[in-house]
Amino acid sequence: MRWFLKFAGSTIGLKIVMAVSGLLLFGFVIGHMLGNLQVYLGAETLNAYGATLQGMGPLLWVVRLGLLAIVLAHIGSSVALVRLSHAARPQSYKKVQPRASTYASRTMRVSGPIVLAFIIFHILHLTQGAAHPELQHCVTGADGALQCFVHENVVSAFSLTGANVAYKAFSVVFYVVAMVLLGLHLGHGAYSMVRTLGLSNPRYDRIARALATAVTLVIVIGNCSIPIAVAVGLVRTAGGH
Amino acid sequence: MNLTLHVWRQNGPSDKGRFETYQANGISEHMSFLEMLDFVNEKLESEGKAPIVFEHDCREGICGSCGFMIDGKAHGGQHRTTVCQLHMRSFKDGDVLTLEPWRAAAFPVLRDLMVDRSAFDRIVQAGGYVSVRSGSPQDANAILVGKEEVDRAFDAAACIGCGACVASCPNASAMLFTGAKISHLGLLPQGQPERYRRVQAMTQTMDEAGFGYCSNHGECSAFCPKDISLDVIAMTNRDLMAAQVKGRSEG
Amino acid sequence: MILESKAPGGDIQTAWQRHKFDIKIVNPANKRKYTVIVVGTGLAGAAAAATLGELGYNVLNFCFQDSARRAHSIAAQGGINAAKNYQGDGDSVYRLFYDTVKGGDFRAREENVYRLAEVSGNIIDQAVAQGVPFAREYGGLLSNRSFGGSLVSRTFYAQGQTGQQLLIGAYQALSRQVKDGKVKLFARTEMLDLVIEDGHARGIITRNLVTGKIERHVADAVVLGTGGYGNAFFLSTNAMGSNVTAAWRAAKRGALFANPCFTQIHPTCIPVSGGYQSKLTLMSESLRNDGRVWAPKNPADAWDMAKGKLGKDPRQIPEADRDYFLERRYPTFGNLVPRDVASRAAKKACDDGQGVAYEGRGVYLDFAESIGRLGQKAVAERYGNLFEMYERITGDNPFETPMRIYPAVHYTMGGLWVDYNLQSNVPGLFVIGEANFSDHGANRLGASALMQGLSDGYFVLPYTIGHYLAQVGPRPKSTDWGSFKQVEGEVNEKTKKLLSIKGKRSVDSFHRELGLLMWEHCGMARNEQGLTTLLQEIPRIREEFWKDVSVPGSEGEVNQVLERAGRVADFLEFTEMMVLDARERRESCGGHFREEFQTEEGEAKRDDENFQYVAAWEFKGVGVAPELHKEPLNFRYVKPSQRSYK
Ligand SMILES: Cc1cc2nc3c(=O)[nH]c(=O)nc-3n(C[C@H](O)[C@H](O)[C@H](O)COP(=O)(O)OP(=O)(O)OC[C@H]3O[C@@H](n4cnc5c(N)ncnc54)[C@H](O)[C@@H]3O)c2cc1C
Ligand code: FES
Repeated sequence: MRWFLKFAGSTIGLKIVMAVSGLLLFGFVIGHMLGNLQVYLGAETLNAYGATLQGMGPLLWVVRLGLLAIVLAHIGSSVALVRLSHAARPQSYKKVQPRASTYASRTMRVSGPIVLAFIIFHILHLTQGAAHPELQHCVTGADGALQCFVHENVVSAFSLTGANVAYKAFSVVFYVVAMVLLGLHLGHGAYSMVRTLGLSNPRYDRIARALATAVTLVIVIGNCSIPIAVAVGLVRTAGGH
Repeated sequence: MNLTLHVWRQNGPSDKGRFETYQANGISEHMSFLEMLDFVNEKLESEGKAPIVFEHDCREGICGSCGFMIDGKAHGGQHRTTVCQLHMRSFKDGDVLTLEPWRAAAFPVLRDLMVDRSAFDRIVQAGGYVSVRSGSPQDANAILVGKEEVDRAFDAAACIGCGACVASCPNASAMLFTGAKISHLGLLPQGQPERYRRVQAMTQTMDEAGFGYCSNHGECSAFCPKDISLDVIAMTNRDLMAAQVKGRSEG
Repeated sequence: MILESKAPGGDIQTAWQRHKFDIKIVNPANKRKYTVIVVGTGLAGAAAAATLGELGYNVLNFCFQDSARRAHSIAAQGGINAAKNYQGDGDSVYRLFYDTVKGGDFRAREENVYRLAEVSGNIIDQAVAQGVPFAREYGGLLSNRSFGGSLVSRTFYAQGQTGQQLLIGAYQALSRQVKDGKVKLFARTEMLDLVIEDGHARGIITRNLVTGKIERHVADAVVLGTGGYGNAFFLSTNAMGSNVTAAWRAAKRGALFANPCFTQIHPTCIPVSGGYQSKLTLMSESLRNDGRVWAPKNPADAWDMAKGKLGKDPRQIPEADRDYFLERRYPTFGNLVPRDVASRAAKKACDDGQGVAYEGRGVYLDFAESIGRLGQKAVAERYGNLFEMYERITGDNPFETPMRIYPAVHYTMGGLWVDYNLQSNVPGLFVIGEANFSDHGANRLGASALMQGLSDGYFVLPYTIGHYLAQVGPRPKSTDWGSFKQVEGEVNEKTKKLLSIKGKRSVDSFHRELGLLMWEHCGMARNEQGLTTLLQEIPRIREEFWKDVSVPGSEGEVNQVLERAGRVADFLEFTEMMVLDARERRESCGGHFREEFQTEEGEAKRDDENFQYVAAWEFKGVGVAPELHKEPLNFRYVKPSQRSYK
C-alpha cells in the first residue's frame, strides 16, 4: 500500500489519478448525454428511463457515491497539481509567447471550477429541485410502479413561457455556456489523458487528437441542443402549454 | 541596426532583481545574438561597469550552456535553434526586446540571465545510466539494434540539457528532459535490465527538485532546440505505471 | 634532463600487454585510501574519473562549465575510429597504427600509437554497452563511414553528433559513480594552480565560479584532462571557455610542454563575417566527398564576390573563369587531400587575391555538380543537417548558392609532455586527452581525438596511475601544508592585481589582438620573420594588458570577466612558448608549415635528420626563454617517408 500512496503522490501519479478519474467522468458524461437525448423520443421514453434509474434503489446511491469519489479524486489531484505548479514557478515571466498550448489547455484551471459550479447547479436544478420551483419528483403509482416526470421537468425548466421567464432564460444560457466550457475542458482533457496514460503513439497522435475533438463536439452539441430545443419550442410536453 | 534591450539584472540568488534598459546600436545582421550581447558587454566593460552575465560555451548549439527568454520565447523561438545559433538577421531595426532568465524554482537565478541547472545532473545521477564497468563488455556487434530503434533512441538522446523545456512549460515541468533520458535508454536493449528502477528513481528525483507537473501543453517540445518529441513523456508515464507492477524498487 | 618515454621495448604488438603485467597494481582493499584529482570532464576526464571511481579510488572531478556534460568534447561531429574491421575491408590494429603514425607525419611515439590502435575496439564495445546510439544498418549491425587519410571504412558515428553521444555515455558512467559516492563532482570550479609538495603533484587550487571562493584540494595524484589550447588564436572552433590555464600553470610549476606549435587547421569552416566574430563553426570534413572547392580565377571577380556586390552571383561566373585549385594541384586526391594540404591551398588562393568572403578570406565549396548528378534529395539525405546549420549561420542556402569556407584552428596536437604511462615529468601529475601531446604527432587524422581521449580515460590511465600509487603508497594528506598556502597566496595576488588595474580596454580586445597576430604569423604558414615579429609583439601586448585591462566587479561573485582575464593572461605567456617552438623547428611537418622549408611544388618538407624529436619545453620565467629538451623518436615499424597526394 505504501508504494501505491508514494506513486499516487508523485507528480506523474497525481496526473494519472487525474487522468483515470477524468476518463471515468468522460464516460459518465457520454452516458448521461445519451440518456438525456431520449428527450427527443418523447415523454414516455424519457420518463420510463428516469423511472428505471430511480428504481435502482440503494444501487443508485452506490453509483452516486462512486461518482462523487471520482469527482473528488479529480478535484483533489488537480488542486494538488496546481499548487505544485505555482511552487515550481514562484516568479512569473514579464512576457510569454506561447506556441503549442491551446486556449483549452491554458484555461483548464478556469473551465474546471466553472464546470463544477454548473454540476452543483444542475443537481439542484433537475435532480434535487432546490433551484427548480416547478420540479415534480417521482411518485409511486397506485400499481406500485414508479412514475417520473423527467420530460415535464426539462420542459418546465427551459421553456420560455409561464412564470419566471427571466430565470429560465438564464438557465438556458448558463447551460449552454457551461457546456461550451465543458467542451474545452474535455477537448484538452481527453487528449491529455491519452498522453498521461501513455497510450499515445506518434502514428495515431493526430487521429487521437481529432477523435478527442470530435467526441467533445458531439457532447457539446448534444447537451446544448436540449435546453435550446425546449427554449425555442421544438420540445414540449404532450399537453402543450 | 539599433535595438533596445530590457534585460533582467540580478546580482545573486538573494537579490530581488530588476529590468534595466540598454541600447545596442550599429548591430550587423551577420552577428549572432550572443555576439550582439558581447558587443553591449564590451562597452559596459570598458566603462568599468558589470557586463550582463549569460552562459555560453560552444556557441554552436550543442553544449546546452546558453539559453534565456527573448520576448517570452525560449532561445528566441526560432525552430531548432539555440540562442547562440540565432542571428541578428531575424530581427529588425528598432526592435525592443525583453531578455529574461529561465524562471523555475528548481533553477534559481545565480546572476542576471544565468541560472543553476544542477537539478538536471541530479536527475541523471539518480539512475540515468546503464551500469557497466569499464573494460568488460562484450563485442559491440553482439548487441543487435534495429536501425529504426536506434534512430528513435538517438532522437531522444539528442537532448542538450539546456532547460528550455522547463523554462517554456507553464508548470515549469522537467518531464521532457527526464523523459528524453528515460526513453533514450529505455528504447535500447542495453537499457532494459534497469528500465523500471530507472524510471522510478529519476522521476522521484525530478519531483524532489521542485519541478512542476506535465499537463501536455506541448510548449516544451515546441521550444526544444533539438525537437525532442512529447512522446518521450508518454513513454515515461507508461514505464512508471508498468514499474508499479514489474519492478518496484524498495524504499 | 633526460626524457624517458618508459615505453616497453621489444615486439610492439605485445608491448602493452607486457607493460600491464609488469607495472604494479594497487591492492583492491587499499584503493579507498587513495584520492585522485581529475581536472576535466571531457571524454578523457569523465572516462578516467568514472573508471577510477569504479576501481575503488576516491575521485575529485572538476570542470568549469555548469555541468560535466558540457565539456567541449560534446561538439565533435564526425566520428570515432576503431580497428574493428566490421566492414571486412582489411582493417587491422596494425593498419590503424600505421595510418596514424603516417598521418602524424612521423612526429608521434610509435608505442603510444600502437596501444591506441590496440584498445580502439574496446572503446566501441564500452560505448555501445553504455547505450551510445551509434548509427546502425537495417540488420542491426554497426555502420561505418570513411574519413580522411585512410583507405578503409572504420569510423563509427552517431549522425553528426558523435562527440555528444560519446560524452553523454561517459557522463552517465560518471553520474553512476557520483551516486555511489566514489566521485565528487565540482562543476563551475576552475583550477587556477597546481600544488607540488615534496616534488610530487599533490593538489590544486580552484576558484568556485559562483561564490568566487578560492579552495584547496589535496590528493595522491593529479590528472589533467583539460582539453586543447586552440583559443590562443582567439578565433577557433573550440568553445569559448577552452583555455590553456590548467596546463600552463602546471608548466609553470615544472611540467614540460611538448610540441606547443603543432596546431591543426581544419579546412572547412564557415569564414569570418566581421570584426565582432567570437568563434568559428566547423563544417564536417565529409562535405568534401561531394563538394568541389574553387575560387574565381580573376581577382576582380573575387573582389566583387567578397564585397557582395549587388547583382553579382558566383553562379554567374563561367566554368572557364573558375579555378578548382585542389583538383588542379592534386589530380589524384583532388578535393580529398588531407586537412593540412587543403587548408594551405585555400590560403594560397586567398593570398593570390582569389578569396571571396569578408576580407578576401574564403573559397567556395560547391555542390551544384553533385546536386545535378545525384539529385537534391540524395544530397539532402547526406548533408541536410549541415546545410541547415550553414544556412542558420550565414543566411545562404547551399542548395542554391555555393558554400563559402575557410580554414580555422581546430585542434592542438601539442600538450604537456607525458611518458608511456601518461605521467608528466612531475611525479604524480598525469595528463590525458587533448591536453597531452602523445599520439598525433604533427597532424591528427580525423576521428582520432575522440578515440585517444577515451582510450586514455577508460583503458590506459586507470592502470598506469596504479603503478605510481602503488610505488608511493598511501601518504598523509593535508591542505595546511606550506605549499598550499604559498600557491594560494600567489593565486590571490594575481586576482587582486587583475581587479586593481581598472584600465580602459576589455579583456576580449587583448585576446583578439593576440589571436589575430598569432593567426597571421603562427597559423597556417609560418616564417622566421613573422615568428620573430611575434616574439616582440606578444610581450608588448602582455605588458599593455597588465597596465590597461578593465576587469569590473570583485572576486567574491560571479565574474565572467575575471575568468576570461585569467585565461587571457595565461595565453599571453604561453603563446610565446608556442612561437619559440615554431621558430626552433626549422622544418615543415604536418600542420606546422615553415615557408622556408617547402618543396618546389610548395609542399611541406620534413627534416628527419635534425628534427625527428619531441620538443619539450621547460618554463624558466615569464619573458625568459624556456629551455628545450628533446625526446628523440625512433621509428622501428613505420619507416618515415614523404607524403604525396599528387
Ligand atoms: C568542432 C569540433 C569538432 C570535432 N570533431 C571531432 C571528430 O569528429 N572526431 C574526433 O576524433 N575529434 C574531433 N574533435 C576533437 C575532439 O573533440 C577533442 O580533441 C576532444 O574531445 C578533447 O577531449 P578532452 O577530454 O581532452 O577535452 P575537452 O572535452 O575539451 O574537456 C576539457 C575539460 O576540462 C575542463 N577544464 C579545462 N580547463 C579547466 C580548468 N582550468 N579548471 C577546471 N576545469 C577545466 C573543462 O571544463 C572540460 O570539462 C573535434 C573538435 C572540435 C572543436
Ligand atoms: S553555447 Fe553551447 S549550445 Fe549555445
